[in-house]
Amino acid sequence: MSSVVLSSAAAPSAKTNWGKRLLIAIPYAWLLVLFLAPFALAAGISLSTVRLGMPPFEPLTAWDGSILNLRLNFENFLYVLTDDTYLLAYLTSLKIAAISTAAMLFIAYPLAYGIASCAPSSRSLLVFLVIVPFWSSMLIRVYSWMSILRNDGLLNALLLKIGLISEPLRILNTETAIYIGIVYTYLPFMVLPIYSTLSSADKTLIEAARDLGCSRISAFWRVTFPLSLPGVLAGCALVFIPVVGEFVIPDLLGGADTQMIGRAIWLEFFNNRDWPMAAAVTIVLLALLVVPIVYFQSRQARTQN
Amino acid sequence: MTKPSWFNRLSILFGLAFLYLPIVVLVVYSFNGSKLVTVWGGFSTQWYATVLANPSIIEGAKVSFLVAAVSATAATILGTLAAVVMVRLRRFRGRALLNGMLLAPMVMPEVVMAVSMLLMFVTLGIDRGPLTITLAHTTFTLCFATVVLQSRLVELDPSLEEAARDLGCPPAKAFVSVALPNMVPALVSAWLLSFTLSLDDLVISSFTTGPGASTLPMKIYSQIKFGVTPEINAISTIILGIVVLGLVAAQLVSRRSEQRVSAA
Repeated sequence: MSSVVLSSAAAPSAKTNWGKRLLIAIPYAWLLVLFLAPFALAAGISLSTVRLGMPPFEPLTAWDGSILNLRLNFENFLYVLTDDTYLLAYLTSLKIAAISTAAMLFIAYPLAYGIASCAPSSRSLLVFLVIVPFWSSMLIRVYSWMSILRNDGLLNALLLKIGLISEPLRILNTETAIYIGIVYTYLPFMVLPIYSTLSSADKTLIEAARDLGCSRISAFWRVTFPLSLPGVLAGCALVFIPVVGEFVIPDLLGGADTQMIGRAIWLEFFNNRDWPMAAAVTIVLLALLVVPIVYFQSRQARTQN
Repeated sequence: MTKPSWFNRLSILFGLAFLYLPIVVLVVYSFNGSKLVTVWGGFSTQWYATVLANPSIIEGAKVSFLVAAVSATAATILGTLAAVVMVRLRRFRGRALLNGMLLAPMVMPEVVMAVSMLLMFVTLGIDRGPLTITLAHTTFTLCFATVVLQSRLVELDPSLEEAARDLGCPPAKAFVSVALPNMVPALVSAWLLSFTLSLDDLVISSFTTGPGASTLPMKIYSQIKFGVTPEINAISTIILGIVVLGLVAAQLVSRRSEQRVSAA
């Protein structure tokens, strides 16, 4: 930006243009090198073969005298797309993400609606209270659920004490625990976009509907809910996409019988040390999520303009 | 929707109780004298003493705070540039791609970014350690910083800067001396958000680090895997305290500068 500072006001056009270009180039270059190009690289390495040494994969190209050999190994993709464990992990991840997104909507909507119905003075405090958990470490909040849900944890101790159960329930290391953890962790991401559409909705429209004889419930379904739909969709996208690739929650709260794809990638990487295979699993996950991600981006871009 | 009904109050109560229950449990049991979660062994600060005497945890905390501070600063600077580009320059070639790259990391699963960035670092031949973690954290927190700064920059009245430029001020100087002072609260919250996101990250750090450098979440994670100990409650409470203090400070900063703006 220094070149812009130096440019004099008398001859701004040429120098300002260079300043502008530099201004655009800095964040652009950063994201190209560290965000976009790595995906292309991962796609390339997914077609490589694992080997011992560093880096632990064969180069794709090799010079043989004057001939450039290109070796593309599609075995990883064939394996990922035909192997039952991977297919099941993809399907399980999509299922868990879909169900927990729906469950979150049921908790988040009434909460957002409740906050929007409060007086503006208490609203900002309530929004602040929703945001605080999102700012505090996710790892430690998931860990806290471990001590609540364990066989000898707080929940079981409570239920045993009231006499609701006679034997501790096994919740930790089951799919139920994964759902609880996901709904809990991602809830603020669902509440905030819904709240922001609800609080900016034109209230005279609801009053008009009521004046025209609409009942409270039908005014909600015919006016309020359709108005909040953009927030609902944004919240769903904001939650669904990252949950599909979630690692920490299934790893700490789930059991061995529920494999989610984020955890499969982690294990492939750190336990099997098969980088090309891990890259292939990652690329397939990315391909699965491209449509929702592009949808999310175009939505966000539209609301910004 | 003028007055909250009993249903509204109940949903707020239930929602907030759900959000805060695990946090309260964590904090309360960090002061538990007993090692068991279900047994209350009296008030004790012994787990805090254990944490502070654990050199591995302290080492991890140092790495984490350094990485978080550097990457949050880098993300805030880059985020300011990106926000200016997206808000002030409406038309240029490649705008849609830049916007996409700024939005995608927000929803991109961490493992996907972690694997790809690691492969990039290995290909570029950069030694993996605190430096690569910092580069990776700057990249994924950049989008959050940009969103915060962009929403503030949109609200600012560009006519003040135009006036400065008309009076002969170069555009960059006009931005720094007119717009930037009005963005202080947004800069603070962008920095804090990036800082806490970096401090919290486990997945991206685990992939992009090399042998030797472990961040605090990586140490906590391996301890959790080892078995639940009250020591982790104590570490968590310390982190929570720092985050809450930072948040409250940020709120105060933004309130003060709002008052200054309205007083001026």
